[in-house]
Amino acid sequence: MLDAFALVLRREMQIALRRKGDVLNVLVFFIVVGSLFPLGVGPEPNQLRAMAAGVAWLGALLAAVLSLPRLFAADHADGTLEQMLVSPQPLGVIVLAKVAGHWLLTGLPLTLAAPIIGLQYGLPLDALGLLIASLLIGTPVLSLLGVAGAALTLGVRGGGALLALLILPLFVPVLVFGAGAVTASLTGINPGAHLSLLGAFLAVSSFVGPWAACAALRVALD
Amino acid sequence: MLETSGLACERGGLRLFSDIALSLRPGGLLRLRGANGTGKTTLLRTLAGLTRPAEGTIRWNGREVDADYRRQMLFIGHAPALKDELTVLENLSFALRLSDVAATAAAIERALEQLGIARLANLPARYLSQGQRRRASLARLPLSMHIPLWLLDEPFAALDVEGIDRLAELCTAHLAGGGMLVLTSHQDVVIDSAVALSVALGN
Repeated sequence: MLDAFALVLRREMQIALRRKGDVLNVLVFFIVVGSLFPLGVGPEPNQLRAMAAGVAWLGALLAAVLSLPRLFAADHADGTLEQMLVSPQPLGVIVLAKVAGHWLLTGLPLTLAAPIIGLQYGLPLDALGLLIASLLIGTPVLSLLGVAGAALTLGVRGGGALLALLILPLFVPVLVFGAGAVTASLTGINPGAHLSLLGAFLAVSSFVGPWAACAALRVALD
Repeated sequence: MLETSGLACERGGLRLFSDIALSLRPGGLLRLRGANGTGKTTLLRTLAGLTRPAEGTIRWNGREVDADYRRQMLFIGHAPALKDELTVLENLSFALRLSDVAATAAAIERALEQLGIARLANLPARYLSQGQRRRASLARLPLSMHIPLWLLDEPFAALDVEGIDRLAELCTAHLAGGGMLVLTSHQDVVIDSAVALSVALGN
């Protein structure tokens, strides 16, 4: 079972290494979105500091949605997905490996790039640390729920837009508690509760997301 | 032994076939024939467990299809399941490990030689022609002789005369070793087998 996980994850990384553009696109999109906000709302430092976490989280959300349609599309088109379904490996393990791959290639780079946005908005150092912590707990949720959305919209015409409509409402709690943790600490409130709720959400989605994705993949290939 | 009874399938509300009862024993070859759109591929995918039948059952050695069945069955569909970014060798070893087939590097090289694509081993799949892609996806076969049931969808498509001969040899060897083979094909390629069944779909 661990073999199947390592096998699929290693392959995801191998393919990503040979198509670096996909990872870079998402990362550059995230940074550009973050840089556009001050141009729209004006350079008032206090206002920017207050909205920094919200902007970083929204950027991460949109970047994740941007990357999700590709998650199964290539495997579906070239027949790999078919082979995964008829293989003796448990589908749940394969899906979890895809989730891990998606997080390593989007969630993790976004988390590591978040300080760029934090510094642009003049976020104090402890709030910046909290932003990274909330992204570390929260971005896996984006991958875990996103994988279900990607599986559900597989092979649907205009699947990308449908995927966004389907999955963005599910990301609301992550956005509220993720950005809320940083905002709370800026106003002197202990952010522990926010992070705990984020962790609870991670626990629930780590079961629900892959389970729904497996069911959706079987239907998509029927 | 592969058995089906009362098998029926629908696509988009249209009944493709119904009441398919067949039984395939070791050494047996089953050809699925029929015009375009009569459900050859659907029947093969149903046997592979990808498509759920509208009615009827599929049994493998007397038991319902399960994970054990998937370990004893090899399915190669229309799509070659090759990643353009990976080399032929990387694609092949992924496919083998996914289906739990252990193979040494020497055995893999021999398999590529048998399909006539040994010199392409380290080439990314992006540069392959259709026929070479087909050969690359079929390179699993020489290493999967121990897997009893082969389900091949149009395996001869895109292959040249020499490729068809090589594949026919592999199929004959598999059947001679007590394997079972189900294939859809428009071409009547000669494959020697103890028992040759044929199902004509349509009408």
